[in-house]
Amino acid sequence: MHAGAACQGGALVTKVIDFRTDPSRYRHWRVEYDGDVANLYMDVDENGGLFDGYLLKLNSYDLGVDIELADIVQRMRFEHPEVKVVVMRSGKDRVFCAGANIRMLGGASHAHKVNFCKFTNETRNTFEAAEVDSGQKYICAVKGSCAGGGYELALACNYIMLTDDSTSSVALPEVPLLAVLPGTGGLTRVTDKRKVRRDRADVFCSIEEGVKGKRALDWRLVDEVVPNATFDETVDQRAKEFAAASSKPTGKGIALGPLERTIADDGSVTYSLVEVDVERDSRKVTITLKGPDAPAPSSIEQLHAQGDQSYLLRLARELDDAILHLRLNEAELGLVVFRSQGDPEAVLAHEKLLTDNEGDWLAREILQFWKRVLKRVDVTSRSLVALVEHGSCFAGVLAEILWAVDRSYMMEGEFEGDNRPIATVTLSDVNFGRFPMANDLTRLQTRFLGEPGAVEALKGKIGEPLEAEDANAAGLVTEIFDDIDWDDEIRIFMEERASFSPDAMTAMEANLRFAGPETMETRIFGRLTAWQNWIFQRPNAVGPDGALKRYGSGVRGDYNMERV
Amino acid sequence: MIDLMNVSYDTQIPNNVGLSSDKRVLKALEKWHPGYINWWNDLIPENFQQSLVYLRTAVSVDPKGWAKFDYVKMPEYRWGVLLAPHVEDRKIPCGEHAGQPAWQEVPGEYRNMLKRLIVIQGDTEPASVEQQKFLGRTAPSLYDMRNLFQVNVEEGRHLWAMVYLLHKYFGKDGREEADDLLRRSSGSEEAPRMLGAFNEATPDWLSFFMFTYFTDRDGKMQLESLAQSGFDPLSRTCRFMLTEEAHHMFVGETGVGRIIERTCQVMKENGIEDPYDVDRIRSYGVLDLPTVQKKLNLHYTLSLDLFGQEVSTNAANAFNAGIKGRYMEHRIDDDHKLVNDTYSVCDLEGDAVVRRDVPALTAINMRLRDDYSRDASGGVGRWNKILEKAGVAFELKLPHEAFNRKIGVFANKEFNPEGKLVSGAEYDAGVKNWLPTHADGDYIQSLMVPEYEPGKYAGWIAPPKVGIDNKPGDFEYVKLHMA
Ligand SMILES: [Fe+2]
Ligand SMILES: [Fe+2]
Repeated sequence: MHAGAACQGGALVTKVIDFRTDPSRYRHWRVEYDGDVANLYMDVDENGGLFDGYLLKLNSYDLGVDIELADIVQRMRFEHPEVKVVVMRSGKDRVFCAGANIRMLGGASHAHKVNFCKFTNETRNTFEAAEVDSGQKYICAVKGSCAGGGYELALACNYIMLTDDSTSSVALPEVPLLAVLPGTGGLTRVTDKRKVRRDRADVFCSIEEGVKGKRALDWRLVDEVVPNATFDETVDQRAKEFAAASSKPTGKGIALGPLERTIADDGSVTYSLVEVDVERDSRKVTITLKGPDAPAPSSIEQLHAQGDQSYLLRLARELDDAILHLRLNEAELGLVVFRSQGDPEAVLAHEKLLTDNEGDWLAREILQFWKRVLKRVDVTSRSLVALVEHGSCFAGVLAEILWAVDRSYMMEGEFEGDNRPIATVTLSDVNFGRFPMANDLTRLQTRFLGEPGAVEALKGKIGEPLEAEDANAAGLVTEIFDDIDWDDEIRIFMEERASFSPDAMTAMEANLRFAGPETMETRIFGRLTAWQNWIFQRPNAVGPDGALKRYGSGVRGDYNMERV
Repeated sequence: MIDLMNVSYDTQIPNNVGLSSDKRVLKALEKWHPGYINWWNDLIPENFQQSLVYLRTAVSVDPKGWAKFDYVKMPEYRWGVLLAPHVEDRKIPCGEHAGQPAWQEVPGEYRNMLKRLIVIQGDTEPASVEQQKFLGRTAPSLYDMRNLFQVNVEEGRHLWAMVYLLHKYFGKDGREEADDLLRRSSGSEEAPRMLGAFNEATPDWLSFFMFTYFTDRDGKMQLESLAQSGFDPLSRTCRFMLTEEAHHMFVGETGVGRIIERTCQVMKENGIEDPYDVDRIRSYGVLDLPTVQKKLNLHYTLSLDLFGQEVSTNAANAFNAGIKGRYMEHRIDDDHKLVNDTYSVCDLEGDAVVRRDVPALTAINMRLRDDYSRDASGGVGRWNKILEKAGVAFELKLPHEAFNRKIGVFANKEFNPEGKLVSGAEYDAGVKNWLPTHADGDYIQSLMVPEYEPGKYAGWIAPPKVGIDNKPGDFEYVKLHMA
């Protein structure tokens, strides 16, 4: 990642971070809509930091800035489906973006830094994927210095244009300046996406001032270098061209209304379809996903009319918010238990309306959003377990949760005094390709990496509600327990899990979750992040004489020269 | 025979754990029980199965009258599930949770550690029955045969006790482990018992007595340390098992004592003063004292190995977790946490055996072993009293703990019984005097002829001072079924 000196780290733990925002509350970004092109200006309010103790100078960002960006990207897709091209620019003179705020990083706790980086990574992945997923292409129009996290923003765009004004440059100065890595995908995108030759990448990442003009183009660091005099004009022109070439389905957007939630004194959170129950003593949180509370829309028009109140979109928004809330605000709840209650048939009916209308932009966006939420679950550094109880509705889209978690337990047979419908798991088409993980495989493919035939065989079971023995035989759950064993086995598993070292759990789970091939995404979340987090623990970066702490003092970091 | 299909567990199994209303455990026991009965039937020769044996059965945990004596066929023995009475407000006695209320349920974070300890303990119980399965055929009297079977059925009950804990508290895993307790078997190539000493043969009655004296005493020490467990059901189970274990060691101690008594008697009758005049002593059909010493050396050292490594992290973890305590933990005057304490353990410095201080937490095994050695020396003293009283100049001794070891710092090094490191040649020359030879085994075997007449005893062993349950000398302890 990018930067740091010192603020009062204490402030970072006490404040509840709210990921819900809307355009009326933006302080750092503005969007101008111009038909099928949207112009997105980064114009960070230097007094608008999420915490005290630092100024967001030179378009540097903190989590608050990124929360707004994530909101913009999300609304772009749901509220502005007419937009085919988004042009990201700076609202300031002479600087595009200086990256993450260094004083903020210097003062932040390790956990906050890690979660901040994860969220910014997820946001960058989201707008990067917008072209493929939704036909919304992001152009980055770079004027002024574009360094560190700033260039990482550009790297995640689909097309980078740099003005040739003899001063504007792109740079990844983290290593020479701060002794940390360009960790928000920077290193990985330079090699894997832009395919910069490794020796040039090595040079590029070692020089503070970066690369400008023709060389930036020659080295594939940007897609186009434009004379300064015609820069704005050319950017507008490119935007129009790209928009014209797009076959993106459009329509009238829907409004993403405020997300209602209530937080109880004990920290439990209630949404309309998601319940988050906190058990602080056992360091556990239970997320209950409710099945549909209304019948599936009878037509695609009705789905549009329901808009943000339609079932899966509402569920996705609520779950997404719940996960983010837990990540940033509830660090000690190490065990996340997923359960569901509702009618699996109804879940499948809602899902069917979406999959039957693939050509409709909203149906498509909702499914794409669910894909992103699932990925968010995948990379959540908590022990994840699913309980398939009687009365649950793990079918199709919701069944995906079962293979996102680390373990799953299912009720087998009748339970005394329990008259809910017997627990089942139901597969649907969406489980076989609609929701790839970061490794570009489906969760079922990843689960059955050693027996690809098993995935094929499972296709034969689509639509069949599988009770415990069948689900177990099919390898869809970890263990099944009957009435006699259930309570004890579950309790003991949870107690055991909560007793392990959180560090070891995080590391073990992250390693086990993403079997199979590496992709740019897994390399960012795995390799790059792990190395960055290693550096974040090392005195050369974060020690009292480390580069992050000394940044801005005029004195260089004092390094221990021993290679580890 | 018990009607396997219709076992009424609440009436046929003496218990104080509310079995009849615990459908979870009942269901598990129903599945396990047929396998257990098969195991038992395959093990004990048919004619003994059908014989009526005068056995005590534990029927309650009342210290004044917990057992009932009666004739019973072994497969119909009422193996009970009995826990020592619940102690109000019992606290975890040691480790980092010391002083907190004892656990009534398995704490999830120690589940695997607890399960492992219970499985290891459980594995030893049926093992000794397997090791002793042929001894009925050579019993020196019906009295001794009855004692053998008494020990056997009680080891069977101890297996039940451990299986009950596995079924009750460890769910699916526990049931699998309970099944595996019947799958492993002593001396098996494929699935041997977990601990070395429990895969050694018990070929003759001198071995049996030595085993019950030394190896059951290891069992006692392990049970004593588990009786201190912060997991209350385990503690209560083990406390009650200890009451039965005392009888097993009694059988061992008096058995060896009666052998010594008989040998002394025969030596005196025939004017033999030199206990090393082995050939002459043997010519009268009794066991010479040097052979008794060799058997003692063997069984004592095998039992020492059961205590594991002198310095052990597993033991430290178990103590610190409050899963396992020290011998008589409640009588020890310290903080019961051992944070800064040390304990001296055996070690080797060059050729010399030394003791050095290590953190007490890591020396839990060594301490228990020291307690064991002290405990084991008591009976040896009483055996020497018999020799003294008979006027035979011979003294039995526990060998040095470095001798004949397979586990720990002395493992596989050549020490003599005095604890001196000797050369290979010295060892080869001495070992025939230190450990039983094949020839010794042949001789002992030659004495192993059964004596089935009530009130009669084989020539190499004296009758007991008093009968079991105060029965007269000619009491028919076993009504043999002669098919
Ligand atoms: Fe026993
Ligand atoms: Fe015993």
